[in-house]
Amino acid sequence: MDLIIPGSGLIVWQIIGFSILLFILAKFAWKPILSALDEREKSIEDALKSAEIARNEMANLKAENEKIIHEAKLERDEMLLKATETAKQIVENAREAAQVEGAKMIEAAKKAIDTEKQAAMEEVKVQVAALSLSIAEKVLRKNLADDTKQKALVEELIKDLKLN
Amino acid sequence: MVRKFLYLSVLLSVFWIGFSNVAVASGDEDDKTGFIMHHVKDSHEWHFATFGHTHVTLPLPVIIYSSDRGLEIYKSSQFQNPETHLFGEDYAHNGYFIDEHDHLQSVDGRSFVDLSITKNVAMLFIVLAVVLWIILSAASHYKKSPGTAPKGAASFIEPIVVFVRDEIALPNIGHHKYKNFTPYLLTIFFFIWFGNLLGLFPGAANLTGNIAVTAVLAIFTLFVTNLNGNKDYWKHIFATPGVPKALLPILVPVEILGAFITKPAALMIRLFVAITAGHIVILSFIGLIFVFESYAVGLASTIMVVFINVIELLVATIQAYVFTLFSAMYIGQAVAEHEHH
Repeated sequence: MDLIIPGSGLIVWQIIGFSILLFILAKFAWKPILSALDEREKSIEDALKSAEIARNEMANLKAENEKIIHEAKLERDEMLLKATETAKQIVENAREAAQVEGAKMIEAAKKAIDTEKQAAMEEVKVQVAALSLSIAEKVLRKNLADDTKQKALVEELIKDLKLN
Repeated sequence: MVRKFLYLSVLLSVFWIGFSNVAVASGDEDDKTGFIMHHVKDSHEWHFATFGHTHVTLPLPVIIYSSDRGLEIYKSSQFQNPETHLFGEDYAHNGYFIDEHDHLQSVDGRSFVDLSITKNVAMLFIVLAVVLWIILSAASHYKKSPGTAPKGAASFIEPIVVFVRDEIALPNIGHHKYKNFTPYLLTIFFFIWFGNLLGLFPGAANLTGNIAVTAVLAIFTLFVTNLNGNKDYWKHIFATPGVPKALLPILVPVEILGAFITKPAALMIRLFVAITAGHIVILSFIGLIFVFESYAVGLASTIMVVFINVIELLVATIQAYVFTLFSAMYIGQAVAEHEHH
């Protein structure tokens, strides 16, 4: 058979064969395959979309969380600041009170010490007087134990008297 | 997109590389290269090999329809010399004989229709069976377990289906109508592709390199294109807008020629030439061995044959792609929604 002249039999068989192939494949192969592919692509697309939505939600949640944390931090800082101030205030107050109290106590102590000192001085005076007396008594007793000495003294005293 | 396709071809090449096309030359000393054209053309018997004087052939049915004698069925071996397997008028049987060009003739010149199962028709049946078997077994996966990942034949054809749909049908036809034509495009793609690949097997027939086959495929595309042509399409052919009226007598015949002759002829000739030329090149390198009868030429030829075979695997895929692509483009032109200028 010639190369470029189509054979009539082959044309007929090719038309029949290809028509049958087209019919069978279109009906029993391409229809289910293409619809299955479409379905799968659709489900993949849906899955991707819902994943995207979930991701966005997650991001929103995260942002919200961060906002809350940020606010909490600010609040905490503020509270800390306030607390520090309060503490300082308290310490200041306490110090002032302590100073006042201390000054008062020192004053009282000074007074008490003065009083005590006065008392002690008084006592010392009394004691000194008593001691002097007793010493003088002792001295006198010793000195005036014999008569000559008594006479001498009397003479001396008389001498003094004359002068007066 | 094209790169994906090349990768696919290379992958398949590796798969098919084992099958170098070893055709066996006819034992005839005077005709060392005659087997080339014999292989490329259609025949009434399927010749596989010749050992000495023994021909290994498959006799094929000769089916004849004539208005006076009705349907007649013979065996091709009834029309030939049982020893030499030569056809000729000397071996006429029941008023018919097969001439030296493998044409069926009637002895008395009666007219009849030759519907024989020739080598290419038998090859056509094989290709149809293989395509149906592979595609239907893939389809059964989608029916049995929908929504799951593809397996087996389905995983083999799914990327190709997606490729034809997304890279050929969708961009050329447009998203409104591509779904209507995807089944047709898939069918021609797989038919041509498997036809090309199976044609590369040793001893196989040159089905997709036969002009009758490519003509029928081109005519199918012609019908699909023109039966779906919309108003704009016909308007562009018979009253091309934006063209001076005086030019229409020239343009309209050109447009008609383009729509009904040039496009299908281009499809028909491109596939026929690409596949037939590939077969001829491979067989010519094998023929060199018998012409030179030298071991060195044999070695070089074998290397070249393997190399050309690998290229042919690429060509097989590219030609299937190109035929499908051009069909999609023609259909796309016919169904395109034009904005009115």
